[in-house]
Amino acid sequence: MSDAARGRRLRPLVELTRARLLEFVREPEAVFWVFVFPVLLAVALGIAFRAKPGDSVRIAVIADAPGQERVAGLLTHAPRVSVTTLNAHAAAAALHAGNVDLVLEVAAATPPRVIYRFDPTRSEARAARLAVDDALQRALGRSDPVAVRDEYVSEPGGRYIDFLIPGLVGLNLMGSGMWGLGFAVVQARTRKLLKRFAATPMRRSHYLLSFFLSRLAWLVLEVAAVVGAGWVLFGVAVRGSLGALAVVALLGAMAFAGLGLLVAARPRTIEGVSGWMNFVQLPMWLLSGTFFSYARFPAAVQPFIRALPLTALNDSLRAVINRGVPLHACGVEIAVMVAWGGASFALALRLFRWQ
Amino acid sequence: MSLTLYPLAAPGPTQAVQAASPAVRCRALVKRYQDVTALAGVDLEVRRGECFGLLGPNGAGKTTAVEIIDGLTEADSGEVEVLGCRWGVGNDHALRERLGVQLQDTQLAEKLTVAETLRLFASFFARARQVEEVIALVGLGEKRDARVGKLSGGQRQRLALACALVSDPEVLFLDEPTTGLDPQARLNVWEVVSAFRARGGTVLLTTHYMDEAARLCDRVAVMDRGHVIALGAPEELVAQLDAEQILEVRLGGALAADELALLPGTGSVACKENVFRLSVSDVAAALPALLALCARRGLVLQSLTTHQPTLEDVFVALTGRALRDE
Repeated sequence: MSDAARGRRLRPLVELTRARLLEFVREPEAVFWVFVFPVLLAVALGIAFRAKPGDSVRIAVIADAPGQERVAGLLTHAPRVSVTTLNAHAAAAALHAGNVDLVLEVAAATPPRVIYRFDPTRSEARAARLAVDDALQRALGRSDPVAVRDEYVSEPGGRYIDFLIPGLVGLNLMGSGMWGLGFAVVQARTRKLLKRFAATPMRRSHYLLSFFLSRLAWLVLEVAAVVGAGWVLFGVAVRGSLGALAVVALLGAMAFAGLGLLVAARPRTIEGVSGWMNFVQLPMWLLSGTFFSYARFPAAVQPFIRALPLTALNDSLRAVINRGVPLHACGVEIAVMVAWGGASFALALRLFRWQ
Repeated sequence: MSLTLYPLAAPGPTQAVQAASPAVRCRALVKRYQDVTALAGVDLEVRRGECFGLLGPNGAGKTTAVEIIDGLTEADSGEVEVLGCRWGVGNDHALRERLGVQLQDTQLAEKLTVAETLRLFASFFARARQVEEVIALVGLGEKRDARVGKLSGGQRQRLALACALVSDPEVLFLDEPTTGLDPQARLNVWEVVSAFRARGGTVLLTTHYMDEAARLCDRVAVMDRGHVIALGAPEELVAQLDAEQILEVRLGGALAADELALLPGTGSVACKENVFRLSVSDVAAALPALLALCARRGLVLQSLTTHQPTLEDVFVALTGRALRDE
């Protein structure tokens, strides 16, 4: 085939992609949700979870018990424990509301006996239990046999925000890929535009491929927005090469573009496709380690979690951004993303409903 | 490595047959949806260079027929040939290159401009016309850079027509091209269609406006409930009514249609409640007799109108119902 003939053959693809890009930039809301929202989310979460070594545990001591004044006095001078004295009723209410992490009740004055009341599933409550007990025992004369010195890890790379930023990049690629494509396709179907296209010699694969290509253009900006905000505001550095980051982000975006097309392949209404979108994305929101590590889930479901495209994307983004590993070390994740993208695209092309 | 040479298509018997074949030929088309029979055995032939109309009320099967001919819907049984080719035998793309299609209520992308929309459609065809040329053809020059979302109904319809014309098609399929348009906008669409025909193009259109069919079409097929119930040139069909005038009367009470049919100079009679429509070959004879009959029966003549017979009257005569009853 001559270059000219090939150029002509690809012109519909170029024009379809161009039309998609134009439609997107002319939709101000879409631009907000894709570019501005994730940055705002990163800022909000970054501030909420910034490292706070000076934070105290908050406890309430129940008033009107013999010896409670002495115990409260001892704890007042303890480091990183903030004490309030409340009556029994108010203390219980404060504990339920999460305003205090633990309630201390003095059961007997001499010899001192105390009761700790707290929710053991809350990590702050467990921390309070340890800190209060430690402070109390030491103040009453316990001596520690081991000399200890604390060193806080707060240099870039090991903080929560360093964990969070790659996860947000991944989550955003999933959201904009799936919602952006799904809505556009189903809207074109309900408006009978797909049917109109089907009445032309347009190649059906070109129509679907144009979604991949338009995603490619936005991808660069989407990733740059979140990674840039992380870098400027929180000093989250990209330790690996930008090339590796680009490849990983591209493969992730393609996997979700394929999945988005597959979900949108059949539904006839926006409501229908929304339901399926949520159904497909929800497990990944929960399981794929965007906001916290998926290592917390039982070992039995780990293989399932690791086979999800968002898990593969998040893991490889963290490897590149946080640890600076080269691309070939992410072979498994790359294979997972390529498999999702390829299989879902092929299936979408087969199942696609044009009218 | 062996090299196989495929002979280029030479003008042979096959092509000669194709050139002579009609633009569209359908035989015994049947299409059923769950509980509705949309087409119950339809035969059609559209000759090259003619404008052929499918006329009928909503639900007559017009759209189904056109979409089967367009290759968008598959018939349950029957045969379709467009420009001598059948669908689904491997040359669909080549065939679509030669057709222009306008579907019923397609909503084009609202965020694109007129020129951008046409540029997109033009890119799908190997031999597309210039975008600017087509814009001028449908008279959208001033709206060239306006977004589709900002266009009026008539302008959108002309854009849809432009999208169908951008391929420089041999056959143009128009499904209800002027439904919902104001008279001026309809006239604009008719002019574009007439200009296309003047270039030698073939048109197959559906409509439920008999004036549109009478004005644009060389021949019409009147459809009702999945059947073609009449076929011919509009003036021929009207002539078959054998009526000089149509007399429409509303009476103040009931009367048997048979009685009216016995009046002198009167042909068929259709009635709906107390409204009677008489095909009259001799008004001078029929009218006095009608008035006399009413007087004898003591029936009040609430209204009386006469008009030249139209395709609407053909439909009423054939089905006993008006075109836009449903």
